[in-house]
Amino acid sequence: MFLQLLGNGLVTGSVYAIAAVGVSIVYGILRLVNFAYGDVLAFGAFAAYFANTTLGLPMIAATLFAMAAAAVLSVALDVVLWRPLRSRKAGFMSLFLASIGVALVLRQLILLVWGPQPRAFDVNPYKVYVIGSVRLSLAQVMAIVAATIAIMLIGLFLSRSQTGRVMRAMADDRALAQLSGIDVNRVIRVTWVISGFTAGLAGVLAGLVQSTFDPNFGFQILLPVFAAVVLGGIGSAYGALGGGLVLGIATELSTWSGFAGGVDPVYKPVVAFAVLVVALLVRPEGLFGKARTV
Amino acid sequence: MSILTSGEFWAFVGVMAGIYTLLTLGLQVQFGLAGLLNFGQVGFMAIGAYTMAILVVKAGWSMWLAAPLALLAAALAGVLVGLPTLRLRGDYFAIVTIAFSEIIRYVATNEDSLTGGSQGTINLSGAGAAAQYDGSWQRFQQWLGGALHIGSKDVVMLIVVWAVAVVLLAATAAAARTPWGRVLRAIREDEEAAASLGKHVFGYRLQALALGAALAGLAGCFYAWQFSFFSPDDFQPLTTFFAWMILILGGVGRVWAVPVGAAVFGFLFAATRFFDFPPFSYLDSADRAYVRLIIIGLVIIGLIVFRPQGLLGRRDEMVLE
Repeated sequence: MFLQLLGNGLVTGSVYAIAAVGVSIVYGILRLVNFAYGDVLAFGAFAAYFANTTLGLPMIAATLFAMAAAAVLSVALDVVLWRPLRSRKAGFMSLFLASIGVALVLRQLILLVWGPQPRAFDVNPYKVYVIGSVRLSLAQVMAIVAATIAIMLIGLFLSRSQTGRVMRAMADDRALAQLSGIDVNRVIRVTWVISGFTAGLAGVLAGLVQSTFDPNFGFQILLPVFAAVVLGGIGSAYGALGGGLVLGIATELSTWSGFAGGVDPVYKPVVAFAVLVVALLVRPEGLFGKARTV
Repeated sequence: MSILTSGEFWAFVGVMAGIYTLLTLGLQVQFGLAGLLNFGQVGFMAIGAYTMAILVVKAGWSMWLAAPLALLAAALAGVLVGLPTLRLRGDYFAIVTIAFSEIIRYVATNEDSLTGGSQGTINLSGAGAAAQYDGSWQRFQQWLGGALHIGSKDVVMLIVVWAVAVVLLAATAAAARTPWGRVLRAIREDEEAAASLGKHVFGYRLQALALGAALAGLAGCFYAWQFSFFSPDDFQPLTTFFAWMILILGGVGRVWAVPVGAAVFGFLFAATRFFDFPPFSYLDSADRAYVRLIIIGLVIIGLIVFRPQGLLGRRDEMVLE
């Protein structure tokens, strides 16, 4: 039972981790707490649903389609909204509220196009992999494999590539990065593309893991993802990866009966925030964040 | 279109604007005065409504005792949320407060024996017995209607809500001019400067949070009385965002801008209900509801791009941060 929950926790945790990276880099580069991210994620899931069931593409092609669609949407939003707001020097409050507006519009558009009913990808629900005492569905295995590859690629990109290093430098000290001749606009574009990729991928994986999803599911995922970002220290991409994994595993393990009888599964999201509050009391700068004064 | 000329309908819109005025006044105290980014206001509203209903139905209390206690419970929840989180940076605090309001909604949905669960307050005394918490309120409304010779319940409610709102708006405006209010604004502008003058920053913020939470609790009680029934679904995060929209629409830092924002928002929300001309008439009613929210979302965005200071606010209040 414990191992099974740990396995489930790894699946949930890697979905949170991927989504959290997308939120975190946008915060790091643009100082924007992007509330619309959950709905971009849901948009990705529905784009993949369209490719998978309507166009009949296999899951991998549908996932790539979803990532591309979410990236295009993210860049388009930057052009029509975030860039004008930046040039007007909008503050943190304005940006946060505007992202809430975007979230509202996106979710209603998804509802308008696809309707409120739950959807599922065309994946065999009866195929089960047994590893020791752990049973994982095909969808869960697909999610673990995709998430592992994605997390490694993100890690490599941030640590090895020129652009990744520039992005981390900019998140650390924007003025200094600008002074050393970094093309800020290009970095911002790349940031939105990556944020879109992660949202699209996380949306598809979350849809796979949950087996069904509706237009509101992005928002439900967003809250534990925000918790993961805060846990890891806002703006730190590696922290977001770690925070996502820790939260995913913690929420699943909390239902283990060996742990004081286990928590009722309906309270899993509450556990995520309990972990967050306790962690913030001990380390207000986040588990992996650097102490800084802002 | 006949409903547009009906006094009943506009009285209802006015009541909702009044309830949102109270809810948003809480945000004005927390953000406009103290600079706190509380995005969980609807959680305090839910605590107010549920405390009142549970004390009346389960504990058999008089509603007139239960309501003040509900405000106290909301304020206490503000203190409990604030103690571990108020030292956090503003953006962390915003996220933790959203989480708080969602936790309240989860608990209300799942603890059937305490709150009636997802079926709402009708289920408060268990299945089969339709629970009712607003008997005293109905009698009060009838008595007041009789005394003022007003037949419509919504018009009576309109008068009560706005009388309470105007008194509290005036009290808040007065409090903002006291030394207490000036300290709060000093903390918002420059926390370190206020602290170096010996002001207890944490304590002042906690007071502002608790006070704003109590106002949300009051809004929750009025909401409960207006509808005679509520369920956890009435306390979605969307309500908090509507309150923020009203705050921005009116103007941050201006107490009397809150009712203006609430009235404009109430009108917008009500008016979009009657978009029955093309192209809206081609949609069915569910789709039209989506389009309404899309329009409201676009108004939020447009406002922030083109008039971030709101209708009555000062631009520097929004741009600073």
